[in-house]
Amino acid sequence: MRTPLFVVACLAVAAVTFAVALAAGNDYVFFAGYVVLQYIVLGTAWNILGGYCGYVNFGSAAFFALGAYSTVAIYKYVTNNDFFSIPIPVLMLVGGIVSGAVGFGMGYLTLRLRGAFFAIATLALAVVLQTLVVNWDYVGGSRGAYILRAQEIPLIGNYIRYLFLIMLLLAVAALVVARLIERSRLGYGFATIRDDELAAEALGVPTLRLKLIATTISGALMGMAGAPFPYYIGYLQPSSTFGLDYAVNSIAMPLIGGTTSWVGPLIGAILLGSLQQIATVTISSAVNLLIVGFLLVAFVIVAPNGIVGLFHTYLQRKPEDFVGRRKVETDAPGSVP
Amino acid sequence: MIFSFDLLINAIVSGILIGGFYAAVTSGVSLSFGILDIVNIAHPAFIILGSYVAYIANASLGLDPILTAIVMTPAFFVLGAGIYQIYYVSFEKRGQESLRGLAFFFGLLFITEVTLVLYFGVDYRYVEAPYIGPTWHFGDVDLPLRMLVPCVVSLLLIAVLQLILTRTFIGRAIMAVAQDQLALRLMAVDPVRIKRIAFGISIATASLAGAFLIIIQPVEPSVGRDYIGRVFAICVLGGMGSLPGTVIAAMLIGIVESLTSTFYGPSWAPAVSFGFLLLTLAVRPAGLLGR
Repeated sequence: MRTPLFVVACLAVAAVTFAVALAAGNDYVFFAGYVVLQYIVLGTAWNILGGYCGYVNFGSAAFFALGAYSTVAIYKYVTNNDFFSIPIPVLMLVGGIVSGAVGFGMGYLTLRLRGAFFAIATLALAVVLQTLVVNWDYVGGSRGAYILRAQEIPLIGNYIRYLFLIMLLLAVAALVVARLIERSRLGYGFATIRDDELAAEALGVPTLRLKLIATTISGALMGMAGAPFPYYIGYLQPSSTFGLDYAVNSIAMPLIGGTTSWVGPLIGAILLGSLQQIATVTISSAVNLLIVGFLLVAFVIVAPNGIVGLFHTYLQRKPEDFVGRRKVETDAPGSVP
Repeated sequence: MIFSFDLLINAIVSGILIGGFYAAVTSGVSLSFGILDIVNIAHPAFIILGSYVAYIANASLGLDPILTAIVMTPAFFVLGAGIYQIYYVSFEKRGQESLRGLAFFFGLLFITEVTLVLYFGVDYRYVEAPYIGPTWHFGDVDLPLRMLVPCVVSLLLIAVLQLILTRTFIGRAIMAVAQDQLALRLMAVDPVRIKRIAFGISIATASLAGAFLIIIQPVEPSVGRDYIGRVFAICVLGGMGSLPGTVIAAMLIGIVESLTSTFYGPSWAPAVSFGFLLLTLAVRPAGLLGR
């Protein structure tokens, strides 16, 4: 499918989704749907770095929170100075730029080293950013910050519908970006890094530059997903915004769905996201996180290529053939060549 | 803030004491990440597990936490060996340790934490022992036994580990497995078995570190997260796989953290280790005593 056609198809699906949600006639659908859409963006963003390049980012929550807190900072500034209110798409742009810049900076410091260091640095990043936010009184510190949102939005109606629509468009944008990357020179460059970075470097692939591009795009998308969050939640507080559930979900969703193509995070986010929404309502929120943890561990052990991989094995085709990539067999440690 | 000399001395002393404890926390990661190249980010979760084991034994039977931890090391060893076996079969053998192996440990971290939350709730738990209350005074310097005892025992632990690594056959084989698996195989040693033992030892240290943790501070399930950045910062700063380096780095970070929290406020302390981590990675990735 060509990209313009794909965009049109995605928008059509999005329009149908919105229409179905409207037809349900219950605003709770929008509340629950927003979270699932947010996870589609986070999962897709994570996959651009994790799935395509093979670099694990444990700091999704940090990038997400950066977006959310840049919104809070702007909101405070605007309300303190009696400026006109800034529309959410602009806030998303700012959140994306902030998160992308932090992603770039951290990538620059750690990506020249082995992959594990980057992963550890992202874990630590979450802790440090949380420390900064807790100590930053302007955005509420550890007490948290309230955001007042409008009741109604002209043409769309209830504010949650507006947020849902924005997140829906962002999800479409994220999927289009992921698919574009996948089929471009950039994507093939990413794949060489994932399969054998040393060989790629030797063949003249500018690995550091590519990795920085991936980190920046991935971080920016996460920040954009976080920017409308204060308006959704109404009360933003550091310990929940930096919570481990964002990190674990944005890793679990692509890994459960399948990391080799844009479909994986989408499937993973829809399945896992809906499952969690149902489990939160019917059982408890702690149990639903446990389910995610177990599913993550089970899938990485039993089905390394996720649901997409299972599907292709079922069709008697290797998933690698499908996306046109070759998997490099690495030597098992301890095996005698 | 008025600068006072005894405040400075006390900050440094308590930094050294907490550094000794950090060394015990990091020793397991030095073994698994430094020597075996297994990025066990779930290590802090096992430490919290150790804390809860010590708490249960203390609360129900009144046992000493450190004694419980020593008795429990075989159980933790078996747990570690079991986890390594799963890790080996599912990831190392298939050559997928970089992405999925990491996700596996992340999942373990998450499962352990949430399970503890479900069983014990998010209340802070603490233990009782005769050395938790009193403090020794030497002039202006305070030595709380609550900090001194874990520090001394953890330095003993590191000394024992270092002796095992350098003097026993198993220990030398562990060092060898990091260098050349094929050569080890030619000496008729099974590298997988050696790694299993090494990983078992690494998790066994978590039992002790967990007991120290709950002696030093009250523990709730998510406390472990604060240690992830710190532990890896110390491990990298000390030099991968070097236990003496780990001790030096742990003391260094302990002192700097303690100075930060004394003079700038405790809420800034977590940022210290990250600063160290980034600085080390940017300036000298081999660490202080890197191999």
